Amino acid sequence: MKTNLVSQWKAFKASPVYEDKKSGLARGGKSVLMTIFRIVLLVGISYVILAPVIGIVTSSFFSDSDQYNPMVFTIPINPTFERYEKAFEHLKYLKTTGFTVLYTVTLTAIQVFICSMVGYGFARFNFPLKKLLFGCVVVMIVLPVHTIMLPLYVTFRNFDPLGIMSLIKGNPQNLLGTPWPMYIMTVLGCGLRSGLYIYIFNQFFRGLPKEIEGAAFVDGAGTLYTYFRIMLVNAMPAVVTVLVFSLVWQYNDTFYGNLFNISTDLLISKRIATLSDTVSNVEKIYDPNILKLYMNAGIVMIMSPIVLMYLLLQRQFIEGVERSGIVG
Amino acid sequence: MSKKKLRVSMTTRRAINGYMFIMPWLIGFICFYVICIIMTVRFSLSELTVLPTGGYSTKFVGLDNFIYAFRVHPSFKQTFVTSMGNMIIDVPLIIFFSLFMAIMLNRKFKGRGLVRAIFFLPVILGADAIADAMQRSMALMNGGLTTMSSEMSTAVSGGMSIAYYMEIFSDLAIPSQVLEYLVGAINRISDIISASGVQIIIFIAALQSIPGSLYEVAHIEGATAYETFWKVTFPMVTPHIITNLVYTIVFRFLDSEVVNLAYTTTFTERNYGLGAVFSLVGTAAVCLLLVIVVGLIQKRTFYYN
Repeated sequence: MKTNLVSQWKAFKASPVYEDKKSGLARGGKSVLMTIFRIVLLVGISYVILAPVIGIVTSSFFSDSDQYNPMVFTIPINPTFERYEKAFEHLKYLKTTGFTVLYTVTLTAIQVFICSMVGYGFARFNFPLKKLLFGCVVVMIVLPVHTIMLPLYVTFRNFDPLGIMSLIKGNPQNLLGTPWPMYIMTVLGCGLRSGLYIYIFNQFFRGLPKEIEGAAFVDGAGTLYTYFRIMLVNAMPAVVTVLVFSLVWQYNDTFYGNLFNISTDLLISKRIATLSDTVSNVEKIYDPNILKLYMNAGIVMIMSPIVLMYLLLQRQFIEGVERSGIVG
Repeated sequence: MSKKKLRVSMTTRRAINGYMFIMPWLIGFICFYVICIIMTVRFSLSELTVLPTGGYSTKFVGLDNFIYAFRVHPSFKQTFVTSMGNMIIDVPLIIFFSLFMAIMLNRKFKGRGLVRAIFFLPVILGADAIADAMQRSMALMNGGLTTMSSEMSTAVSGGMSIAYYMEIFSDLAIPSQVLEYLVGAINRISDIISASGVQIIIFIAALQSIPGSLYEVAHIEGATAYETFWKVTFPMVTPHIITNLVYTIVFRFLDSEVVNLAYTTTFTERNYGLGAVFSLVGTAAVCLLLVIVVGLIQKRTFYYN
């Protein structure tokens, strides 16, 4: 009896069925473990990222009593919308956000257009001094902007390209206080973090197969046609990456806003900085613990358009990648 | 005349086209950066006083500012070395972490969009205006009773547990340097996560642009997942590893104490010359580091051509 079982087991062990089952089991076990590992990791890291955001969002609904109730943790007992109403009013939310979004979107469009062109020029053409000039792009990324802050200020305080302004109006134009300096710098490829975008585009264009261009050339496409209709379409992931970054950073920019003295009515990023002072002066609220709640409501409000933009663009991102010719 | 134009060689025409493509940037770079950098260098070599009328006047003092920065200034050298050291420790951690996360987020699973959105949040939260506002809100909090007590309790329990685990691991005879590095890395984990949002996105875009046919071929040839990663994914991603390295090094530097010091020296202490020196020295050091790092990696980089 016993020997029978043993010999049966040995026969089974030798048969291919056993090998199949064993590896199947092992693979199944491994994949379950991997899935659990992945879920734990993603949830854990998401928590680390989300914890402060959750704190801000929930505390913006706290009423005064919740803020001082030691038993209240995260979830308010008497939730209120009062913080949002006041923050909305004092930020002049709709008008300011409208201007900011317009400013951000136009600048981003220019950024993508100019930087992709420059990146393409560096990636695909050979010309004298190319290495040196690309080194200049890197210098542009590395140089902290406030190193050249004072000279920039002076440049736009007395804006006089080639003496044209003083020829027409008799004296140099003062462009401070208007958004024009930002537009001029962006059109000339020196906007907010333009160097980085040029770099990203350069790396992407270098990574694309040369055959696409070769085919276009053989078919008689000109340089501009090749660039706009073939290369740019294929660099869709890079375009969307730069688009997203540029939107976020331009929207949040305070540095150039302060340097060029652009009005707080135009830029929500400058307005949020004055929110707690405005609320405390106008509403006569001097308790910092309560002021903080208004501040949090304001943060949620200025964050929401940009989060929304990202969520919208993310779908475009994936679709754009699938539509372009490079994947499979 | 037209015949002469036709005889322009292909190479020359390509070169002219190339210049046309980079022309806007070239003009801007010369107009803004070159002129401004020259002015900054002049500031660093002189003593600058702002006149009450709004202008300024400079007095040439030679290398005095540089000598002062390295010989006399109490904290510049130390700050400089520490921030460079921190950068060298942090950068590889950030690159590995973000590549790892990007590969994970590039797989298909339920709720991928949501998780990706969450991983993008640090980019938004770390940006100027929102980060400022959050800091302001935090600053208002000081003195609050409830928050104080909760903060203290987490601080105490956090400190306790780390010491406890440290003891366990040192009982296991793990070398103390390794342990310290690991503990340091874990302590900075939230810092590292929030610093790698941009890198994750660049890596995801890079992973998306790898032709699917390559994976198909690898699969048909019977490559394992491990082999596929090292023979297909990794080589195709290397150009973007360089992008991310450059990005990480630069923005770690721009966030670092050196830049902070330069900023406060320039605008709080109103010492424009010294501030310019700090910025220039920092920039030069980072450029050198970039040239070394990129030079080392560029040779091993694979371009799909």
